[in-house]
Parts: sequence; C-alpha cells; structure tokens
Amino acid sequence: MSALAAPSHSLSGLGEDAILIEPIIRTTARFYLFTGFLLSFVLLGVVAYVHQYRSGLGVTGLNRPVYWGVYITNFVFFIGISHAGTLISAILRIVGAEWRRTITRSAEVITVMVLLFGVGSILIDLGRPDRMLNVVKHAHLQSPLLWDVCSISVYLTCSTIYLYLPLIPDIAILRDHTSKRRWLYRTLALGWKGTPRQYRVLETLMAVMAVLVIPVAISVHTVVSFVFAMTIQPMWHSAIFGPFFVVGAIFSGIAALICAMALIRWGYGLGAYLKPIHFNNLGLLLLVMSLLWLYFTASEFLTTFYGHEPSHMAVFNAKFYGPYAPHFWTMCLTCFVIPFVILCNRKTRTIAGTVVASISVNIGMYLERYIIVVPSLSNPRLPHEPAVYGPTWVEWGIFSGCFAAFVLAYALFTKFFPIVSIWEVKEGREKAVAEVSGRIRQYLPASPDTPEVEPDDEHGTTTPMVEVAGV
Amino acid sequence: MARWGMVIDLDCCTACQACVVACQAENNQPPPQAGQAQMGRSIAWMELVTYHEGQYPNVKLRILPRPCMHCDEPPCVKVCPVGATYKSEEGIVGQIFGRCIGCRYCTTACPYTVRYFNWYEPVWPEPMQKGLNPDVSIRPKGVVEKCTLCHHRLIKANDLARYENRPLRPGEYVPACVESCPASAMVFGDLDDPESEVSQLAHSRRAFHLLEDLGTEPKVIYLQEKE
Repeated sequence: MSALAAPSHSLSGLGEDAILIEPIIRTTARFYLFTGFLLSFVLLGVVAYVHQYRSGLGVTGLNRPVYWGVYITNFVFFIGISHAGTLISAILRIVGAEWRRTITRSAEVITVMVLLFGVGSILIDLGRPDRMLNVVKHAHLQSPLLWDVCSISVYLTCSTIYLYLPLIPDIAILRDHTSKRRWLYRTLALGWKGTPRQYRVLETLMAVMAVLVIPVAISVHTVVSFVFAMTIQPMWHSAIFGPFFVVGAIFSGIAALICAMALIRWGYGLGAYLKPIHFNNLGLLLLVMSLLWLYFTASEFLTTFYGHEPSHMAVFNAKFYGPYAPHFWTMCLTCFVIPFVILCNRKTRTIAGTVVASISVNIGMYLERYIIVVPSLSNPRLPHEPAVYGPTWVEWGIFSGCFAAFVLAYALFTKFFPIVSIWEVKEGREKAVAEVSGRIRQYLPASPDTPEVEPDDEHGTTTPMVEVAGV
Repeated sequence: MARWGMVIDLDCCTACQACVVACQAENNQPPPQAGQAQMGRSIAWMELVTYHEGQYPNVKLRILPRPCMHCDEPPCVKVCPVGATYKSEEGIVGQIFGRCIGCRYCTTACPYTVRYFNWYEPVWPEPMQKGLNPDVSIRPKGVVEKCTLCHHRLIKANDLARYENRPLRPGEYVPACVESCPASAMVFGDLDDPESEVSQLAHSRRAFHLLEDLGTEPKVIYLQEKE
C-alpha cells in the first residue's frame, strides 16, 4: 500500500502543476507595484486611525442619534464576505462537487483574512479601544455583542483549521520542491509524508471540520444580525434578520470569491485551473442567491409597508423617497437587476460577465448594510433636531485602508502558499475521474455486464484515499 | 427599598429650560465646542422635546422636558457588552464611566435617545472651570454618559441619614432639575410610597408614559395638559 502511495506526492515531480508554485518562487515587478499601490491605501488608513485615536470619534461624521455609521457597516460587510470561503468550500466538499478542487483554497483564504478586518472594524468603532479587554473581564452575556465575540472567535478558529488542514500536503510539496523558507515549510508540514494512514487521518479531519464549520458559519451571521434585531428600533427589530443576513452574506461572499478568482487567474496566468466553467457554476450560485436576496428584501419591506406603523414608516420612507433613496435604489439595481440580467443569460455568464455581476453585487451589498444601519438610527421614535450623517475622510480612509490591507494579506498568502490546491487537483486527476464514473454507475440500475461492487474494484488500482472519500 | 421616580406636569411647565441648565451645571456637562452643536453633538441629559401637532392654521406645539426615563425594563442595560450600564436596586439606571468601552450599543438601543457620547475630550472655558461640581466625575473622551437622577445627591443624603442614625426623609434627595423648576412642574420621590406626592400624581388620570407601548416601564411620568 505505502509503495503505491509514495509516488503520488513528491517523487513524480510537479509536472504540469509546476505553474501553481510559480508565484511562490518568483515575484514579478507587477506584484511589487500592486503591493505598493495597496500599501499607500493601508498607510492612509493608519494615518486616519491614528488621528481618530488621538482626537476621539469626533473626527467621524457620527452624531446623536446616528451613533453608528461606516464602521459598523464595514463590520457587517466584512463578516458577510467571510461567508465566501469556509461555508461554500465546506458545502462543495460535502456534496462532492468535483469542480471545487481548484477553487476551495482561494475561498477559504478569504474567510480567514477578511474576518480579521471584520473584528478590526468593531475595535476601530470603539470609543475606548484601550478598554477592549473589558469584554472579557466584565463579560455581560446578555449582550448580543458578546454573542458576536464568542461566535466569531469560534468561527475564526474553525476556519483557520479548515484552511490549514488541506494545506498540509501542499506545504510538504513546497518543503520538498523549493529551497525558500525551508524552516517555515518544514515546521508547518508537520512531518507529512503522504502515507495512506496520513491521508486517511487528513480526509477524516477535513470531513469533520467541513460539517462542523457550517453551523458555526450560519451562527456567525445570525448573531451579527441579532445586534440589530434584538433592539426595538424601527426596521431593526425583525425576526427575518437572521436568515436575511445569512443569505446576504453568502451572496456577497460568492461575489467576492468570483472577484478573487478572476484576479488570481489574471495575475498568475492560471487560466487552465480557474476555467470558464468555474465562473459559470459560481455565477449560477450567485444568480440563485440574487433571487433569494430579492425574496427576503421584498418580504421585509412589504411587511413593513403593509403594517404601516408610523415609526417604521419613517424609516421606510427615508429609504424609499427620502435622503437614503439614492442608496436604496442603487442597491436594488446592483443587487438584483444587473446580476440577474447578466447571469440568467448563458451568453453573458462568461468570466467577464460574472466579474461585472460580482463587483455590482458587492457594491450593492455594501449599500444594503449601510441602509440597514443608518436610516433606522437617523429616524428615532422621539422628535429630534435634524442631524445628517455623512462619513468624513477619516471613515473612508479607514475603510479603504482595511480593504487594501485585506487584499494585501490575501496577495501575500499567495506568495507563501499555493492558492490552488496542488494535491487536490492531482487527486482529482488520478482518482476522482474513476471514482465519479463509478459513483454514477451506482446511481443507475445495474446492467447485466457490469459487476455490482465498484469501489472495491478501484481500491487496488489507485490511491488508498478511496476508503474514506469514495463513498 | 425606594423606587425613585419623577412626575412632570405639562400643565405647569413653562418650557423655561431652567432644568436643562441646572442639570448641565450640576453634572459637569461640557458646553459644545465650536460647530459641534450643529452636528447634533451637544450634551444635555435633560432636554426639551418638541412635538408639532396638526396642520396650519390649527397648529399646536407641545413641549416635553425629557430626562432619562429610568425604565424598569431598560433596553440599554440588556445590550451593554461589559455591564457598564445597570439598573440599581432603587431603580436608577446608571452608567459606570470607567468601564464603558464606547461601543455605543446602548445609545442605539435606547428608544428615547437619552444617551450621549463624548466625541472629544471635554473642555470648559476658563471661567467655568471653577464652577465644576466636585461630586460628579468628569467623563473622558470615548465613553457614553446619561442622566443619573443626580445619584451623587442620593449618596450624600444617605450618608447624612446614616450619620444621624435615621431613615432618609422624603424631600431630602431631589435631583437638580426638580429643585430648579420655578413653576414646580416636577415632583420627585418614592413611587412605591403610597403617601408620597409623586406616587399619588403618578396615579392621576392625566398620567402617561412616553412610548408606553414599548413596555419599557419608565419611572418618569408625565401629566397631560388640562383642556
């Protein structure tokens, strides 16, 4: 058995997959330029935050009653994007969608990286960031914000493990094939030799984590919505918010994944791995989510309108005709009309088409978060002096800084680890083709000339992973 | 155990704002810095809220002095992640300035918008600095503050009563706003004491709560204007 398994990782060389470790070995001038471009925004964000830290939150456009603005929008938006990765990857793994092999890694990295900025946005929003450890010291479990703290830290831990596990065989490849950062790869590879036993353990752990991470991911965005829904403020206090936020999160998450994949494909010339079919399939998922988004949005607004409670209608009107109408109608355009038109037509569901739809969706979802947070606050129940909220350069600076830092962290990841899973692609080539045709044969009524026991037949001829993954 | 509450008779109130000024002076609320008031950042724990009713020419303007409602079911206390806001045994909704992390969840959860935030380090003009109340701590930038029903006055009155070995007498503890009202529109006391003026007025037919249907059970009770 071990003799059979050995060639499947290092000895045979990387062959056609060598291009996947190319970005780790060589860094082009273009990459440095890109990094420099991002760093300038990160710097802007740092300057803005230092200014805010020294002067106080007065440098933002926030006021009474609009106590929350861009930072909380960023928090919800970034946490939403994090649903791209782990959740989508876990679902695709569990259902055995074979087209996942080249895209799961790029999805999982989004989750881990963007979560840090989601949590960061909350810390940036604090008036007293120096006291943030009070959340642990004086934890008040009744507060939905504390549910967030718990849920997000579990999510971050699970997603990191879930990213790391399938990375181990690839780190071993790097250890064996490159001369760079040997100490790092040797440590992180955890003595991976690619024995059948190691593969069996790895596959089991990955399967367990894939199942475990789904409820955690769902809970994260549900409790993010609870921050709003648990209050009694108009158009926040809504039972639909949990699922509504989860749907929105997956929606913007898929869109972010498509953008990231297009960048990787273009930047590293990985057209052979991230093919039009991947964009087509993700585009279809995005289309489904766009319809779900419309369904939830329509349910939310119709119930409010029909009930016609004055305090709720004040917020409703602010969104439909009032100061937030530009945001609202742009959101409808970018979250539904544009992606729907592009994605429901096979001719436009190309790489370029899905990318345009995805950028549109992400703009729309940011606007959605914004008009969830701000209009409810600017229309409190008691009469108040008119106070208009407009974000200042500090808030935009910090937003662009966070976004640039996220892209930078993502780009740097691709310089340390292969962004397309090498061993999973190899496994797909060597084994999954046979396995899938075997699986399809199982679904059909047995024809007299094919034997019944398919998996056993393959067991001897290919890698031993079949035992775990092939059922 | 007392349950402190306040009755505001809108029939007596002249909207003179003496309560607003008294509260600001008593509780060391900094005057807004240049341009901040227009942004909606001035701090006034006691504020006059104006309701416009009807259409021209039959317009009526109603004015309500609005302190913190000191709800028996306070929505702000529930949501604070660090327990920096709490309801005391005597029903006062307080704020621990030294613990608040400035997340402003309580400010967004309060349906009466009675909570204020320190956007900058507070500054007083030179002549006002001598007039700061030594009994009330000055809030640093980045924390939330609110009406405490002049809690420091309760502490002082309790200390005195304990020193003289007697129970707290009615009228011994009164917040600054109530004390300053020239029209005697505000009455303060123990809502659980059936003998007290405040509890008798609270049962008046003219009595109502702000946003009663939210179920927050405010301990600030308004008396409707007489026709």
